[in-house]
Amino acid sequence: MQNPPVQASSASIDKPALVRALRQLLPPEAVLERREDLRPYECDGLSAYRELPLVTVLPETVEQVQAIMRLCHRRGVPVVARGAGTGLSGGALPHRQGVLLSLAKFSAILSLDLDRCVARVQPGVRNLAISEAAAAHGLYYAPDPSSQIACTIGGNVAENSGGVHCLKYGLTVHNIQALKVVTIEGELLSIGGGALDAPGYDLLALLTGSEGMLAVIVEVTVKLLPVPERAQVLLAAFDSVARAAEAVGNIIAAGIIPAGLEMMDRLAIQAAEDFVHAGYPRDAAAILLCEVDGGNEEVSEHVFQVRRILKDSGASEVRTARDERERQAFWKGRKAAFPAVGRISPDYYCMDGTIPRRHLPQVLEEISRLSQHYGLAVANVFHAGDGNLHPLILYDANKPGELERTEAFGGRVLELCVRVGGTITGEHGVGVEKINQMCTQFAAPELAQFHAIKAAFDAKGLLNPGKAVPSLHRCAELGAMHVHRGELPFPDLERF
Amino acid sequence: MADQDLSNRLREQVLAAADARRPLCIRAGGSKSFYGRTPTGDPLDLGGHRGVINYAPTELTLTARAGTPLAEIEQLLREHGQMLAFEPPHYAEGATLGGTVACNFSGPRRPWAGAARDFVLGCRLINGKGEILSFGGEVMKNVAGYDVSRLMCGALGTLGVLLEVSLKVLPLPESEITLGLQIGEQQALGQWRAWARQALPISALCHDGSQCYVRLSGPPRAVSVAAGRIGGERLADKENRFWLRLREQRHAFFDTRKPLWRLSLAADAPALPLRGKWLYEWGGALRWLVAETEAESVRAALGASGGHATLFRHGDRAQAVFQPLPDGLMRIHKKLKQAFDPAGILNPGRLYPDF
Ligand SMILES: Cc1cc2nc3c(=O)[nH]c(=O)nc-3n(C[C@H](O)[C@H](O)[C@H](O)COP(=O)(O)OP(=O)(O)OC[C@H]3O[C@@H](n4cnc5c(N)ncnc54)[C@H](O)[C@@H]3O)c2cc1C
Repeated sequence: MQNPPVQASSASIDKPALVRALRQLLPPEAVLERREDLRPYECDGLSAYRELPLVTVLPETVEQVQAIMRLCHRRGVPVVARGAGTGLSGGALPHRQGVLLSLAKFSAILSLDLDRCVARVQPGVRNLAISEAAAAHGLYYAPDPSSQIACTIGGNVAENSGGVHCLKYGLTVHNIQALKVVTIEGELLSIGGGALDAPGYDLLALLTGSEGMLAVIVEVTVKLLPVPERAQVLLAAFDSVARAAEAVGNIIAAGIIPAGLEMMDRLAIQAAEDFVHAGYPRDAAAILLCEVDGGNEEVSEHVFQVRRILKDSGASEVRTARDERERQAFWKGRKAAFPAVGRISPDYYCMDGTIPRRHLPQVLEEISRLSQHYGLAVANVFHAGDGNLHPLILYDANKPGELERTEAFGGRVLELCVRVGGTITGEHGVGVEKINQMCTQFAAPELAQFHAIKAAFDAKGLLNPGKAVPSLHRCAELGAMHVHRGELPFPDLERF
Repeated sequence: MADQDLSNRLREQVLAAADARRPLCIRAGGSKSFYGRTPTGDPLDLGGHRGVINYAPTELTLTARAGTPLAEIEQLLREHGQMLAFEPPHYAEGATLGGTVACNFSGPRRPWAGAARDFVLGCRLINGKGEILSFGGEVMKNVAGYDVSRLMCGALGTLGVLLEVSLKVLPLPESEITLGLQIGEQQALGQWRAWARQALPISALCHDGSQCYVRLSGPPRAVSVAAGRIGGERLADKENRFWLRLREQRHAFFDTRKPLWRLSLAADAPALPLRGKWLYEWGGALRWLVAETEAESVRAALGASGGHATLFRHGDRAQAVFQPLPDGLMRIHKKLKQAFDPAGILNPGRLYPDF
């Protein structure tokens, strides 16, 4: 990669001594150190970055996690937490001088409390498993990332993951009530509780989306919602992306907050159609999927209104799923969009920026211009309701220079998002991937404030070092000649 | 008063205070000066730092300076058929956006719509070092960097002086009705639990000691079908007056000079063995108690319910107004305070005596 992640400058660790010490704390099969055993942990969903950890540990009790943390803290060994490894920004990329802490064995649903509508779960529980367990009681866990069959709730909290239903139901941060975390010093902290709020600072919010930088999550209490009486999805085809974007604004302006509002462009539509035969109109320039849910009457009323708005906004075709089977089919195409694109290109690179929705047509135009400039095709899939873009850049890693071009292209897209008042990451996190763009999004004092927060939890900088927040020197070295809000960034840092 | 941007002047005041290590007492409308431990320090007045900076109805976002009156924001939103869905209480005329967010105050709709913190998308602030910093933004989804904006909610100004806040706003419900049910507290608590598992368009639940109140919000047909299922008597409450009075603590229950306790706990927690007057809100998750009981006894009664108690009004503000934190959490709090405000000048002691 052009920009290898920063690794903490920890002196080299005595591996045999570390392994011996870990084996005192854990059963033999829970400490992996041989190359072939470490392989499965070398990357997450962003497989362009790979690194082997010194050791992988698979604890199964909170006490074991505490003991591992105490040991690593004492010896100055970096620790990287890992859920299912579906992250798309290299957040769970191992540290070559560190311990990879897998939470895979924490896979129990500890309790389903139907009176309180909450579930207490271990961090390695898969997102979908929670809704499956709650389904028998008419409840579900709302945030539904497309990776929900595989990703863990611990990873969801660490990334503040969203899903296709977060326009109405919010992100992970809106749907959890309490956490138990272990600090790098091995201390177990309880954050939040049975109430809707907690005394003191909102540490629940601070830890959500903290990418494994502040503490290791060992238990999550999630809120469960009643399954809506009815959900209905509409599919609308448009002959221009701009028109589809306008329709999204019109629906919101009418006072309707759909449960989900997703857009796909032509390349994405065709790839999805070829893959799962969802019944999408192959010749459309864009489609919108709009789901409304709630009580029976509410849904009927909203379906009626949305149909009219879509037509008035210039949709060439509007279809309402006739039954649950067709509804599932409409969604299947959307949820399978990433793998579908994976079939038509040797490799693809998934971007994740958010913009104020009104700039959508302009941003898409600019992306297509960049696509021509770099000679790389792009399929666009996005959470249109909340302006979260996922341009998928198609490339072939075996062609010399293509990956580098892809990354340069991706970087330009993220900078474009910042320029129109958006952000470099809506839900996939910064990890190692967007560490350079953090220098575009934030000024030096803001990054320094992040580092101060980090130090309040982890003074030695051992948790997931080199991720999420770039060092000020890195930004300065990058030449960061980006002009930030009209000021030259890092004016008081030396340049070398 | 005219809209104006006082960021630079405020920043200079913070810098001067940091240099001199003189505590600042951040205030704007003064509507919440009753809240928290007794304020001390030189006043830092945000009242003039006001004005809506950006409002994009179809983006569902609004950004305003911290000293902007809540009433002005609500009026603007209403004109566009929108609202602050967390229904913030004002408590007095001068209530501002910054104070509301700093206190994380939310009204009757909170359990269903979310709290102030759930609607905060970004902020601009001055930390204790006099640096102006921006976090989050005007977009719905943003995970770049730690969530400092939400950390400010409920921090009572102890981590930073809020300059601007960006919020998510929502459409007003198409219709709203209030039902009254002649049932006791105990029965109401049970009933509320059962409703929580059904997908009903409930937007507020209260028992004020005399009867149970239910507010339904949504499309008219959905509301009337749900009203049929719930029963009770439809109250003539077109302007939402009951809920407004409840939210603003102008309901007769709050007419007292005795200590008013705010208990936040699991909605299904049984009635607590404490003598006094009780009012139940948020479907049981928020309970108000008027009683002369010692703080220790109130907090002991919470026991294992996983809740916490705040001395909300009256009583001894020199003591622990907020629930004391376990040692581990207190250590993190002090370090965070240090990280934002190393000189300890921003609203010291307002939240906890320790910082
Ligand atoms: C096909 C596909 C579709 C996707 N769709 C979406 C989507 O719609 N929305 C979305 O938001 N994301 C999506 N993602 C991204 C990814 O699935 C999420 O970020 C997910 O939350 C990661 O969970 P994980 O268990 O795989 O975490 P990992 O990848 O293992 O880890 C992610 C980060 O969390 C940290 N971490 C993990 N567990 C813990 C813990 N217990 N304590 C502390 N830190 C921890 C890691 O250190 C790392 O920084 C998608 C990914 C793929 C591959």
